[in-house]
Amino acid sequence: MNSSEVLIKARGLTKRYNHLLAVDHIDFDVRGGECVGFLGPNGAGKTTTVRMIYCFLPVTEGELTVAGMDVKTQEREIKRLIGVSPQEDNLDPDFTVIRNLQVYARYFDIPKEESSKRAMELLKFFSLEEKKDASISELSGGMKRRLIIARALINQPRILLLDEPTTGLDPQGRHIVWDEIRALRKQGVTIILTTHYMDEAEALCDRIFVVDNGKIIQTGIPKEMIKQYAGEDVLETEFDEAMVQALKRELPDAEVEVYGDQVRVYAKQHGTFEQIIKRYPNKTMTIRNANLEDVFLKLTGRKLRE
Amino acid sequence: MSNWLPKLTYRVWLVWRRNLEVFRKTLFVNFLPALLEPILYLAAFGLGFGALLGSSTLPGYNESYIQFIAPGLIAIAVMYGSFFECTYASFVRMYFQKTFDAIIATPVSVEEVIAGELLWGATRAAINGTIVLAVVAAVGVFSKPLVTTPFAILVPIVAFFGGLMFSSIAMCFTASAKTIDFFNFPTFLFITPMFLVSNTFFPLAVAHSKPLEAVALAVFPLTHVVDMTRALMSGNIGSLAGLNSTAMWILAIVWVAIVTLVFFVLAIHQMKKKLIK
Repeated sequence: MNSSEVLIKARGLTKRYNHLLAVDHIDFDVRGGECVGFLGPNGAGKTTTVRMIYCFLPVTEGELTVAGMDVKTQEREIKRLIGVSPQEDNLDPDFTVIRNLQVYARYFDIPKEESSKRAMELLKFFSLEEKKDASISELSGGMKRRLIIARALINQPRILLLDEPTTGLDPQGRHIVWDEIRALRKQGVTIILTTHYMDEAEALCDRIFVVDNGKIIQTGIPKEMIKQYAGEDVLETEFDEAMVQALKRELPDAEVEVYGDQVRVYAKQHGTFEQIIKRYPNKTMTIRNANLEDVFLKLTGRKLRE
Repeated sequence: MSNWLPKLTYRVWLVWRRNLEVFRKTLFVNFLPALLEPILYLAAFGLGFGALLGSSTLPGYNESYIQFIAPGLIAIAVMYGSFFECTYASFVRMYFQKTFDAIIATPVSVEEVIAGELLWGATRAAINGTIVLAVVAAVGVFSKPLVTTPFAILVPIVAFFGGLMFSSIAMCFTASAKTIDFFNFPTFLFITPMFLVSNTFFPLAVAHSKPLEAVALAVFPLTHVVDMTRALMSGNIGSLAGLNSTAMWILAIVWVAIVTLVFFVLAIHQMKKKLIK
């Protein structure tokens, strides 16, 4: 397979629930082997978009093809190519860990011996071998999440859809999942993930689509977007009118923005803030690298709605 | 119209097999109550209540009280098995476990998931009906014979199709249920009245009311299942609303076939509407 081949193509893709426009005429392409992220707040339309890709939700308007096949007419063929890790835990509590994988394999017509072999390989890859015969209720949140991703891989999909893969996990669980997603990327699986965590998009994605109110408001490579929209360094301090004026005066090239009771200053050059910190020793100021959250705030002009 | 007819493939059986596998894992909890309940009913109503009636036979039926209620107990087990499977149990799988959502992400379609659930409901009804038939036959060895014709071997077939009918009706309630408590309505307003007045515990003819008999035939699905089961066990389908036994048979088969078909299609259509927005 040519890795630059467009695997998923959306043109004017729209989803309407009664009067709510959940996805509003979006266009995007995903190429084979890419890891792309849909980044946005809750209710932005990320999950709805993913659900249309795996033919769970019918498209209201527009065009959406997966591997050249239309989601409106070739549902079964498309679903065969895709592995889905949904946002909510829908593992089958009536079965053990390994049976969850084997029973799921049956829905894909995978023969018994082959499915047992794949199930063991996946449990090994996700370090769940010891929990093979455990019931689902015995698993931790992180283990459940990894089992869901393992289940999504049972049909050896070309495309893996990860809908908020780390939401609700503790930091340790999150990093394990991240490592596994990176390993899958290396194996050439095309990955689409949704997240509202900026660091997650930054850590995992080749390309991101920033979505808000059903629209893609920006597309790009995380590093370049950060450079373009937020610069290099960010200074954070508590809001104080005199301070804001002083910062604007002293740093004419930097951008000063106020978000509620916080002030953020974005600088294009590394090291811009070193003098300032020394000049105001009794103020609490933090200097850090610019990240995607800054990009998001700049683009949407407000805090994340959680 | 073509939109209404579900497109089904062999994948229906993959969903059915999932449920069968879970059932087999919990065989003990599933079997024991099904086995004990009819024994309790036969003891309380047949031996206890029946003793009040002495050796007199029931109007319209040349049989004693315990012989009369035995087929009713089988049909009730069929109704309960399928109705509760496709209301409470299906709702738990759909709403709490999200099992349907998980399966729909595979090449199995939503129509096939629901059809698999309905066929499983019918299978549970057939299993329950067969268990009760065996219990009834065994009890009959010690009291009056409760199975008197070899056609009783066909009871599981009536149980399966009767179960498919109750499953389909049940799934329509599931499609309109917003919470699990909603099932109190069909349980107490539909299932319980049927349980009591569908030729189960007393012959409808004793009320000397042709309208009541007509209503029982027209709107209570259980009446037909009870009558057919009784006919297969004792050779007498009885007579309601002035119909002879041939007419009773034809009405029962046609009625169950039409209602099953209508509700089977409706259940799949309504569930699809509920699951896919």
